[in-house]
Amino acid sequence: MSYSLLELKDVTMQFGGVVAVNNFSMHVNEGEIVALIGPNGAGKTTAFNCITGVYEPTNGEILYRGHTVAVSHPHGKMRKLYAGANADLYRDRRILHPTPDEITKLGIARTFQNIRLFKSMNVYDNVLTAMHLRAKQNVFSALLRISYKEERRMREDTERLLKEQDLYRFKDEKATSLPYGKQRRLEIARALATEPELLLLDEPAAGMNPQETKELASFIKEIKERYNLTVFMIEHHMDLVMEISDRIYVLDFGSPIAEGTPDEIQNNERVIKAYLGESNEI
Amino acid sequence: MEKEKKKRLALIWAAIAVSYIVILILEMTLRPTSMLLTVLKKGAIYSLVAVSMNLLNGFTGLFSLGQAGFMLIGAYTYAILTMPSEVKTSESVYKYYQCFITFDTGVFIGLIAAGLMAALFAFLIGLPVLRLKSDYLAIATLGFAEIIRAVCQWDVLGPVTNGANLLRRYIDLTYVTIPFTDIPFPPTLFVFIVAGISILLIVLLINSSYGRAFKAIRDDETAAEAMGINLFRHKELSFVISSFFAGISGALLAMFQYTVQAQQFKSMMTYEILLIVVIGGIGSISGSCIASFLYITLSEWWLRGLDMGSFLGIDAPNLFRSGFRKLVFSVIIMIIVLFFSRGIMGDKELSLTRIKGFINKRGMKKGKKEAEA
Ligand SMILES: Nc1ncnc2c1ncn2[C@@H]1O[C@H](COP(=O)(O)OP(=O)(O)OP(=O)(O)O)[C@@H](O)[C@H]1O
Ligand SMILES: [Mg+2]
Repeated sequence: MSYSLLELKDVTMQFGGVVAVNNFSMHVNEGEIVALIGPNGAGKTTAFNCITGVYEPTNGEILYRGHTVAVSHPHGKMRKLYAGANADLYRDRRILHPTPDEITKLGIARTFQNIRLFKSMNVYDNVLTAMHLRAKQNVFSALLRISYKEERRMREDTERLLKEQDLYRFKDEKATSLPYGKQRRLEIARALATEPELLLLDEPAAGMNPQETKELASFIKEIKERYNLTVFMIEHHMDLVMEISDRIYVLDFGSPIAEGTPDEIQNNERVIKAYLGESNEI
Repeated sequence: MEKEKKKRLALIWAAIAVSYIVILILEMTLRPTSMLLTVLKKGAIYSLVAVSMNLLNGFTGLFSLGQAGFMLIGAYTYAILTMPSEVKTSESVYKYYQCFITFDTGVFIGLIAAGLMAALFAFLIGLPVLRLKSDYLAIATLGFAEIIRAVCQWDVLGPVTNGANLLRRYIDLTYVTIPFTDIPFPPTLFVFIVAGISILLIVLLINSSYGRAFKAIRDDETAAEAMGINLFRHKELSFVISSFFAGISGALLAMFQYTVQAQQFKSMMTYEILLIVVIGGIGSISGSCIASFLYITLSEWWLRGLDMGSFLGIDAPNLFRSGFRKLVFSVIIMIIVLFFSRGIMGDKELSLTRIKGFINKRGMKKGKKEAEA
């Protein structure tokens, strides 16, 4: 039997009394582009944060290539407070909560909704730093420059990546001095430097001008092919989502309300209702 | 580009070589007790500890206030290890205790052990504290420094630390010899070599993949973690390495002072070092070094007269008496902090182009003024 690349089972994330994500099950198959949409505050970023280990889910299980990477059930204070579904389903499982760096090492890289570049570094160092996790050197070999060959290879890879991403001409500029659209591109380049299999993009088009947004669709397809990626993204621009997604999940007030191909989603009544109060984008 | 870089590097090495030769010449010509040599030695020791603090505070973004504590551990480890065993067994130092450690080691092992011991303590403190998201390190290290000072003077540990009494007759700077000979090592040069190598190692670390990981943590923990950098491991690493070199600087201080006592490693000492780091620029190695020499020179030498009755040829024993130096010194520091709020160097390093740029700018201003007049 073949496994999905990423699978969420009954994931619930509750902050105090707020159930931000409620009983969300989904999967992403290898080679797909899957989108996660939903009105503001629906819990999309929270779902990302559960996958990447930033948050420990209150309940549920997350699998990568069929292996459990995180599993949890309501414990401690949450035992009484828990307001989500399936409270007993994972009660006998031992809690497993990876740190974000372990998730990245597995091959899941991400970008952030509000860009988080390394402020003090230039464009080049931002990408180079992200290669640290794949480096084999230890402190002593790094200190005494015994691993200079690896360092050289990392630098060559960085230059190659920057050239491929058309960022090479900015390489000596401070990352935060780039125009917004370029910063988004740089954040993606930095994520690619960790050599991911699965790329999570949190609103990659946010803050981009219409021209850049248009280019983004072909850009995402292009990097997907070039680096053999699977893409899971959150996005508000429906044109973009409908154009490139293979499948779409919809969250509303933390709960999944629909799943399907772009066509199915566009004609789904619950989705249209959820979006009606908000905007006319759909 | 590559060539330019090589040329610059060669220039830096040449400058370092020249300064070491100058120190050797000074050492040969000046009296060993001369103020200049004293200030150079202490300045180099403080440079090392300031740079080690900068590695943590400036480059990793961790705020620690344990420098004095780690220096104390380094100083004591070094003094106890290198004190000849016949001194330990006689009653000249350990008067009230039977010394527990019966062997002795050479300078090199003593220095390394000083660093390792400080590193070990840092490792143990880091284990619980650095796992926490919030920044408890400052409180934990400050508490540690206070406790370790008290513990060192504790009666029960007397057979090791000699209680509240001072340690002396270990291998201090005047007893260091050139390896495999009996020729005394020029003391200032020795301090410069040990501090220089240590600082060089820190610079190499900062410019390595690990150094970039440290800076990433400083810039944005969440992003660093998302890029696969394990926060705890890298923070612990930075903390342990920083403390290792603080321990070595403590050992150097012990060598420089001829005697050592736990009493002197008060938190005031940590604040002094912190001040040096801030004045030099958080995140600038050369800034820390420049600020150290400046600070030591001012406080130990140039402003001495303010306490002694006469300053710059002005005799005013009523004004210039004990305590006045501290006042003037504080004012100077306030001025520096006010006008160079990011320190002398900011987070940049000293380089030839910067010096040239500075001179040019000054020259241009002068030229402009002259033209206007
Ligand atoms: N750390 C937190 N603590 C408490 N509440 C949180 C936390 N993070 C998110 N929330 C709440 O969870 C809900 C979902 O937030 P989330 O950021 O996941 O929404 P989103 O779908 O990404 O929205 P947007 O489109 O605006 O980015 C919100 O009500 C938010 O206030
Ligand atoms: Mg969001």
